[in-house]
Amino acid sequence: MEDVIALTYHISPDDFTRAGEASSDVKGKLKQLGVSPEAIRKVAIAMYEGEINMVIHAKGGEITVEITPERIRMILADVGPGIPDVDLAMKAGYSTAPDEIRSLGFGAGMGLPNMKKYTDEMKIETTPGVGTTIRMEVLLNG
Amino acid sequence: MTVQELIDGGKFETVHAGEDTAREITGLFCCDLLSIAMGRAPAGSAWVTVMGNINTLAVATLADVACIIMAEGVELDELVRAKAAAQGLTVLRTELPIFDAALWIHQQLHG
Repeated sequence: MEDVIALTYHISPDDFTRAGEASSDVKGKLKQLGVSPEAIRKVAIAMYEGEINMVIHAKGGEITVEITPERIRMILADVGPGIPDVDLAMKAGYSTAPDEIRSLGFGAGMGLPNMKKYTDEMKIETTPGVGTTIRMEVLLNG
Repeated sequence: MTVQELIDGGKFETVHAGEDTAREITGLFCCDLLSIAMGRAPAGSAWVTVMGNINTLAVATLADVACIIMAEGVELDELVRAKAAAQGLTVLRTELPIFDAALWIHQQLHG
């Protein structure tokens, strides 16, 4: 059977002082496991973008990270408002972030595009009013 | 140029000297929009910005920059300073505008 390390993080809504802690923790664990700096950076950026999206838009949620020798899989699940138009949300520069979020330096509409750019696979399942689950993978040894 | 050499250059005030001041600075990055910095700040770069909130530190850590330079005299509050210490990040500050701060670092990097 494949060796899998599974990590689960609960993401609190509207808590900007803690946003990024889950991603930082994963980064630290990957470093301990000897994963390459390039792969760690890809995972850290993609996961942080997802984490901050959950804080801003989705009333928090849960992130599961599975680490195998071949890949790092991230599953970000929330019960937020969902994404009405995924193609539009994937466009660089499109954002629905409110003004107070923009004043913190976010809301440039780069979150989902960055998540796609820094992962080898990304799938979005979303239902308006129900929630969103994003699955991403970063391949190792590749 | 290493982070320690940047500190020793005496141009900037040290807010916090991080864990890895022997790290080589391999580039320079200027941006205040965290959304952009997250995806574009090169690993190992010195990041010059005026965005001094706690999320700046999270972005710096995750994008793996070598250090942060707060320009335009921006002050960090206690919470942010504590976070920099907890994360082992080097944070410097200056009264200089972003361009002048970055130009000085560029001149040290490239002569």
